[in-house]
Amino acid sequence: MDPMIRLILAQGMLGLNNGVFYAMLSLGLAVIFGLLNVVNFAHGALYMLGAFLALIMYSYMGAWIGMSDLSIGFWPSLILAPILVGCFGMLIERFMLRRLYKLDPIYSLLLTFGVTLVLQGLFINFFNASGTPYPGMPESLRGVVNLGFMMFPKYRLFVIVFSILVCFIVWYVIERTRIGSRLRAGTENPELVKAFGINVPLMVMLTFGFGTGLAGLAGVLAAPIYSVSPLMGANLIIVIFAVVVIGGMGSIAGAVVTGFTLGLVEGITKVFYAPAANTVIFLLMVIVLLVRPNGLFGRQG
Amino acid sequence: MSSTTLTKPMLKIENLHAWYGESHVLHGINLELGEGQLITLLGRNGAGRSTTLRSIMGMVDKRTGSIQINGAEFINKPAHRITPEGRIGFCPEERGIFSSLNVEENLMLPPGVGDGGISIEELFEMFPNLANVRKRMGTRLSGGEQQMLAIARILRTGARLLLLDEITEGLAPVIVKTLGRVIRDLKARGYTIVLVEQNFRFAAPLADRHYIIEHGEVIDTIEAADVEASMDRLNHYLSV
Repeated sequence: MDPMIRLILAQGMLGLNNGVFYAMLSLGLAVIFGLLNVVNFAHGALYMLGAFLALIMYSYMGAWIGMSDLSIGFWPSLILAPILVGCFGMLIERFMLRRLYKLDPIYSLLLTFGVTLVLQGLFINFFNASGTPYPGMPESLRGVVNLGFMMFPKYRLFVIVFSILVCFIVWYVIERTRIGSRLRAGTENPELVKAFGINVPLMVMLTFGFGTGLAGLAGVLAAPIYSVSPLMGANLIIVIFAVVVIGGMGSIAGAVVTGFTLGLVEGITKVFYAPAANTVIFLLMVIVLLVRPNGLFGRQG
Repeated sequence: MSSTTLTKPMLKIENLHAWYGESHVLHGINLELGEGQLITLLGRNGAGRSTTLRSIMGMVDKRTGSIQINGAEFINKPAHRITPEGRIGFCPEERGIFSSLNVEENLMLPPGVGDGGISIEELFEMFPNLANVRKRMGTRLSGGEQQMLAIARILRTGARLLLLDEITEGLAPVIVKTLGRVIRDLKARGYTIVLVEQNFRFAAPLADRHYIIEHGEVIDTIEAADVEASMDRLNHYLSV
């Protein structure tokens, strides 16, 4: 194989691996924005929380509760941590965000920004800011697979496949099922949906829990790859917002496709001019804002 | 009120006041209708007819007074419990078709409120136009199709009390005629119906009683039997 093509494919795979996180996080943001009209700035912090919960369950919890043998592994964490993050999200919605719906959306953005700072501060205080590795990668996902053009870590391949599956399921539920149609209807005209006898406040709370749970899930998936640090979400959320702007606010399919694509673009840029890899997404954001301010998949405002 | 006393009231509204924010829109509405009856709310635009329906549905910022459905008080119920507990089907003035949902999804959206809902197949028989556009998105429907969909989807739920707001507005005469046939059929099946209507010629042959609303109050009530004799009064109320 031509070494150039081989390089492009390899960087593409690594880029896709980042794209997975862009897609899952912007998907959660899009779901939340669609129904609640809230720009959830805390999304990055909840991603971080998911990673930390996995780490804590694996390495610390046993000692904290005096059972040093107790260690909850990756697979149970993959289910438990997103549920816990989702429940935390529901508490934020029920007791904080709900009070702000009648006000300008800037208030809910500020609130979620505040939540971010509090979470980050807490974790910097109790752990250190530099990051801790997650040692719990399951035995079955260690090692590499030969993709023909490169040796690729088994775990990363799992993350890519698993995330595509999750994104597809979320898209399917929202676009093709009865529950999803209620959600879409609630996005359009919550007052009428309520008048049909659907408990919209409950639906909003569950949706927020679901969206934040997705962030938690992404966090658990990220833990074995990146080091678990209080600022891991803060670094990512800026890119995620660029992804959301490019894809268009509130479009489910748009968020997913844009997330994966931009990961790829970022990876492949590394092949040609590595220093631009970190900025190419923002460059695209500027172009999209100039040409199509509603985003590539956005509804006309 | 002769026709009222013959049947037990299904809907009874007393001294209903309603507000949107600071603005006081309804100033003590009183009306009632028995099971199986059809009443119309007539009046000029902005008189408070739609607001009366929206107040029943809990879609105003504040409401006081009394709204009884089958003897139970509804004035303090949260909006999402009014429809199931009152077995109400509400068809809003702007039709409320969801543009991101297709015809079938729109039809299936409202949860059931009781037994005796009309089946999907029968609804498509009742509104043949809809049967041909099952998978079409709500935005791509004509006004008539939207209106039929808005009525069909509340009939599916098993609602017994129908609140229909301006269903003939802006529609072609042939569709208005179809709707007239549907409403007559629904009445024959025993549905209880409140009709907000501009088109008196549409409403007159269907109604048991007409309520004239002005400035958020009922200013006159005309029984169906007295319509002939009251044409002058009616013309006076409805003329712009």
